[in-house]
Amino acid sequence: MTDNAAHATKHHDVIVVGGGPAGLAAATELKRLGIPKVAVLEREPVAGGIPRHCGHSPFGMREFKRVLAGPRYAKKLVNTARDIGVELLTSTSVVEARPDGRLLVTSDRGSEEMTARRIVLATGVRETPRAARLISGMRPLGVLNTGALQSMIYLKNQKPFERPVIIGTELVSFSAIQTCRHANIRPVAVLEETDRVISRWPSALFARMVGVPLHLKTRLLSIEGDKSVSAVVVEDDRGNRRRIECDGVILTGHFTPDVSLVRSGHLTVDLASSGPVVDQFGRCSDPAYFATGNILRPVETAGWSWNEGCQTARWVADDLAGKIAHHDHELQITTGDDLIRFAVPQKILLPLAATGMKTLQLRFSRPAKGNLLALNDKKVIWKKRMNVLPERRFLIPLDRLVGSCENGRMELRFDELGE
Amino acid sequence: MLNPLATDTFDVAIIGAGVVGCAIARRFTLEGARVAIIEKADDILDGASKANSAILHTGFDAPPGSLELSCIREGYKEYTEIHREMGLPLETPGAHVVAWSDDEAARLENIVEQAASNGVANVKLIDADELFRREPNLSEHARMAVAVPGESIIDPWSAPYAYLRQSLENGASVYLSCELNAGVFDDGQWLLETSRGTLPCRHVINSAGLHGDTLDEALLGETEFKIKPRKGQFVVFDKAAARLINSILLPVPTDRTKGIVVTRTIFGNVLVGPTADEQESRTDTSTDAVSLASLLASASAIIPALGAMPVTAVYAGLRPATERKHYRIAARPDKNWITVGGIRSTGLSSALGIARHVFGLYSESGANHHPVKQPKIPNMPSLAEGGQRDWQRTGHGEIVCHCELVTEREIRRALGEPLAAHSLSGLKRQTRATMGRCQGFYCSARLAELTEGHFDVPMSVKAGHD
Repeated sequence: MTDNAAHATKHHDVIVVGGGPAGLAAATELKRLGIPKVAVLEREPVAGGIPRHCGHSPFGMREFKRVLAGPRYAKKLVNTARDIGVELLTSTSVVEARPDGRLLVTSDRGSEEMTARRIVLATGVRETPRAARLISGMRPLGVLNTGALQSMIYLKNQKPFERPVIIGTELVSFSAIQTCRHANIRPVAVLEETDRVISRWPSALFARMVGVPLHLKTRLLSIEGDKSVSAVVVEDDRGNRRRIECDGVILTGHFTPDVSLVRSGHLTVDLASSGPVVDQFGRCSDPAYFATGNILRPVETAGWSWNEGCQTARWVADDLAGKIAHHDHELQITTGDDLIRFAVPQKILLPLAATGMKTLQLRFSRPAKGNLLALNDKKVIWKKRMNVLPERRFLIPLDRLVGSCENGRMELRFDELGE
Repeated sequence: MLNPLATDTFDVAIIGAGVVGCAIARRFTLEGARVAIIEKADDILDGASKANSAILHTGFDAPPGSLELSCIREGYKEYTEIHREMGLPLETPGAHVVAWSDDEAARLENIVEQAASNGVANVKLIDADELFRREPNLSEHARMAVAVPGESIIDPWSAPYAYLRQSLENGASVYLSCELNAGVFDDGQWLLETSRGTLPCRHVINSAGLHGDTLDEALLGETEFKIKPRKGQFVVFDKAAARLINSILLPVPTDRTKGIVVTRTIFGNVLVGPTADEQESRTDTSTDAVSLASLLASASAIIPALGAMPVTAVYAGLRPATERKHYRIAARPDKNWITVGGIRSTGLSSALGIARHVFGLYSESGANHHPVKQPKIPNMPSLAEGGQRDWQRTGHGEIVCHCELVTEREIRRALGEPLAAHSLSGLKRQTRATMGRCQGFYCSARLAELTEGHFDVPMSVKAGHD
């Protein structure tokens, strides 16, 4: 039984949008900190987020000090939140985020407005679908992201194909292989455009172990098939093309924050991270709104997002109590080259307070060696020698980075060193 | 010998349930004819009508004195008369034909004159200042424009669905997954042989779109035209892009093509397209990365801020062009046959007008019916961004497609009679499920579950695991 049956109150101290690890953690922590009325709005019939349909991976080390499978982990997060008194409204979708903490919401009861003193956006990430990747070819059934595949297999006991090709080698790509094996689906190949597997090495080893051929430097050129997929055409780095017969395509990774509420509303989006622009407290351009977890940037583990949710809750509670310290300056962080994919937070309030994020999160778009530079007023104020890889988390301590920064902008740049 | 699909003789069999076939079915039914519609796909609108720019044109730039012009004018008029009672959306943001060079600017005067002689009112030149006031996000390279206030945007699928539903509700019969293979004309009557059995009728209307010429050839033994499929690819931008544009932005046309349009859609997206490439295949609706990238470049050349907008969807459609520019509508009274061919790009705007014209041709054969006295009028569920949507009402169950806010009740309705969806494509056209940002990331599994047993090609099968 969810709380939907009870007559839901429309005004809350905090409404959290999204019931995945980050959102549930934030709500639970807010209750623990004594905030009276906290609700989580979850658009799916069951809360828990993406771990609900990750039937295999290890979850829960950070949160519960033990290894759990995704669905059990999700259930535990939900129960913890409910036990402490978080109001959990499932099958409840937020249609519009409006100024002054107002949300337009729809559920089986129709549409209505809900309000809160603070709103925490925790809508997570999704993979980039076929259309946005501009893939050539026909558009038959059977071209799916990993998320859709996992929902079909773990939540609905449905099987969309037998012999798919898997595109990509991020961590989630190997999760796709495991999901396939669970349903006796036999992937015919894993394709990776670059010359190396993107995720860390044990995953690549896993693909070889289960006998799925891995083709590096090979890209998907087009999809064939009228009603269902019949084949894909692929091309290697020397321009050789060939057809691989298959009955499905799993497009993995290329995660992007689910920011529809941000984009269509009044909040500012950061084009680099594709998440909302936030300060080091996770506050958006409208200070009634906070953001936490994977909506901030693509993509972190459930455990990391859970931890962010807990931290953000503390800053929200501080803010409600008027305890976020006064700041004199606002520092905008910009990234000066396309090697640096994004930096979060995008805005730092100075002087640095005792609370708030302690590090700047960075991602890079390709492997490189060189110096990461921070420039203020065209002067290099900080420098670090780094070897970087794509899809890896890099953290820079904020106090060292902005220590000598004046008002204005800080530009991050990566100077590559030759071989 | 084939089994009979129907034994009673229909007054008219309409071959092809695209937008033109659906409009013709409606007109003939309302005029009192007994109508059968035959469609070879498992859902209607599966050919040329599944992909277009969703604009209701005024006809300001149609060839003067042409049948196309009069059909567009008639079609526009009738749509604006019937849309409200049928629940069909209509927005009239107007269009701007934008000149990007001196050469193009010099040709705008002709467009204004042509519009006037075509009977389209209030079309006028506007200068750059006025243009940027109306479209502040337009690239600074725009010189001036022709403003066409009547150009409108509509739902390209709910309109033909409404036409066919009205036809069915007033007595017509529709046969889906039914391919016409052959036919015998004898003693003023056709016996059509379809993949589902034989069907007797007095008249045949060929509205087979991309297959119009081959159908004429197969049943009449000759054709007056040849279909030269022209592929048009489109890119749909995220709904956030709709803030960047207020009207329909058209280029100055050339002899070959109307060029690339950037427009808001009735669903709240921004659309750019189409490309125009001739090809042999009548079924290959593949997109290609190079064309899509060039569309993105065109879009940002027109509205630079579109460069930062995510892509929601891409699609391609085939226009049934012929070796000539004009519509190929002709009656063969000796064979009780009317061919409605070559409706290459303005079919959505002109369909209701074409239907009237075709009924006129049919009446010349001496057929005489009594119009339906008080026809039933279907009320279509609104899918337009600004309209009353199902998610706003109580008892919708749940939101299934989160991006387009499609409810469980809407899905179940589209899977029921009449005109139940038999494919995901059909369901998409009726409800918009999976047509939003995530393209099915969140809702594919739930949809696979809800549609089990409904689709000819299922989204998934029951797995043996667990």
